[in-house]
Amino acid sequence: MLDVNINSMSFRSSEGAALEVLRDLNFSCAQNSFTSIVGPSGCGKTTTLRCILGLETAFDGAIKTAGESDHLHKISAVFQEPRLLPWRTVEQNVRLALKAVDEAELNDLFAELGLTEHRDFYPTELSLGLARRAGIARAFAVKPSVLILDEPFVSLDDETASRLRKLLMQVWAARSCTALMVTHNLLEAIELSDRILFFSGSPSRVVSEYEIAVDRKNRNRRAIEQIREDIYATGAASPME
Amino acid sequence: MVRIAGVRLPAWLISVGGLLLMWAVFAWFAQSRSLPSPLQVASAIVTEVRSGELFFHMGATLARVAAAFIVAMAIGSAIGILLGRSRKLNHFFDPWVIFFLNIPALVIIVLSYIWFGLNEVAAIGAVALNKIPNVIVTIREGAKSLEPQFAEMAKVFRFSKWQVMRHVVLPQLQPFFAAATRSGISLIWKIVLVVELLGRSNGVGFQIHLYFQLFDVATILAYTLVFVVVMLAVEYLLLQPLENYSRRWRAGHA
Repeated sequence: MLDVNINSMSFRSSEGAALEVLRDLNFSCAQNSFTSIVGPSGCGKTTTLRCILGLETAFDGAIKTAGESDHLHKISAVFQEPRLLPWRTVEQNVRLALKAVDEAELNDLFAELGLTEHRDFYPTELSLGLARRAGIARAFAVKPSVLILDEPFVSLDDETASRLRKLLMQVWAARSCTALMVTHNLLEAIELSDRILFFSGSPSRVVSEYEIAVDRKNRNRRAIEQIREDIYATGAASPME
Repeated sequence: MVRIAGVRLPAWLISVGGLLLMWAVFAWFAQSRSLPSPLQVASAIVTEVRSGELFFHMGATLARVAAAFIVAMAIGSAIGILLGRSRKLNHFFDPWVIFFLNIPALVIIVLSYIWFGLNEVAAIGAVALNKIPNVIVTIREGAKSLEPQFAEMAKVFRFSKWQVMRHVVLPQLQPFFAAATRSGISLIWKIVLVVELLGRSNGVGFQIHLYFQLFDVATILAYTLVFVVVMLAVEYLLLQPLENYSRRWRAGHA
């Protein structure tokens, strides 16, 4: 369970002018659900994630997980740039995030993500797709209750992105945590999510939301396109976005 | 590789050989005690080695270089990181850094001997104090340019302070440490010689002072050359292998 209530969040430019990026942004994500945020570029999607991760604190409002006020306790993230320490191997990067290491779980994670042979590689020796997988391994290894994903499939070729989405779904389904993902790609959001939140332009808030009833197993290409048509038909989002 | 009379020789050998030859030619023309030939210097080296003087004084100087280097790097790095991370502290202490950066080495050495006496602590402290501002300036630049995205990652994954320092901050500062080490060792050994000349009774600087009074240029050059060779060995056998090791993760890009 993740509750986000941000009344207002502004950035101040170096000249002192304030720009309000979020206003009356309220939403919550059910326990172990997968929610996506879709919206125009620069609308504050990433800012919202940064607030949830505790990287931005200058906002008026509150963010809670499962009623706990210290929501940072069990949170984890997959960043857009994988943010692996280049001077540490894949395995060291993952272990550094862990307080207590569950060796069996770590082996499983590496195996599921196809990283077993890459454990001793440095991130600079990996393709972007593999580096993202290492980032996903790290995010799940800490056994989070809330997982934040900031465009985890951007700038990958279609085939790699599609394979990575399937891997993410497998790993997530086996572990279950509350996932919140930002994406530009509506089809991707439909493929993965239980629910999609549509953000307005800046200052942004949730303008509409769409629950996906179709079971994830049955979301093939045709089904996904049909859902997209339905989203447009209900007016939750327009094809321009 | 350069080919001379059908024999392939490495370029550095030709270069060093050329320098020695030029020196020999000048010395032959000068025929003066103030410009001994390479052979005379070599025989001075042999004399000093035989008497054991060379190793004794070289050891004393190297120990001072090592002590001053460690003190200067430790204190300079700590202050450099602090100033690089805090805009306020940097603003306040910047004039101090510039002040110490510009005090002549000689003044620090003389004052140090006057205030703390002609002892080893004063000598090493004076050398370290000369070097600390340089280390601060170099490491501060590095600390200013740390990648915020790694710091954020460390925050999200709740790295401890020690983990942040060891795995996030220090590796990013590695090139700056390498730069401070390089410029540090060459600066320090030059200052150590001055410190020895002014207030110690052993070391290469003390010997050079002694042979200066005896007007024995061959032995002065003997000590200088041997010390330069030792510092070259430190560079190639210690610093460069260490640096290659700490840069091994870049191999993927090489």
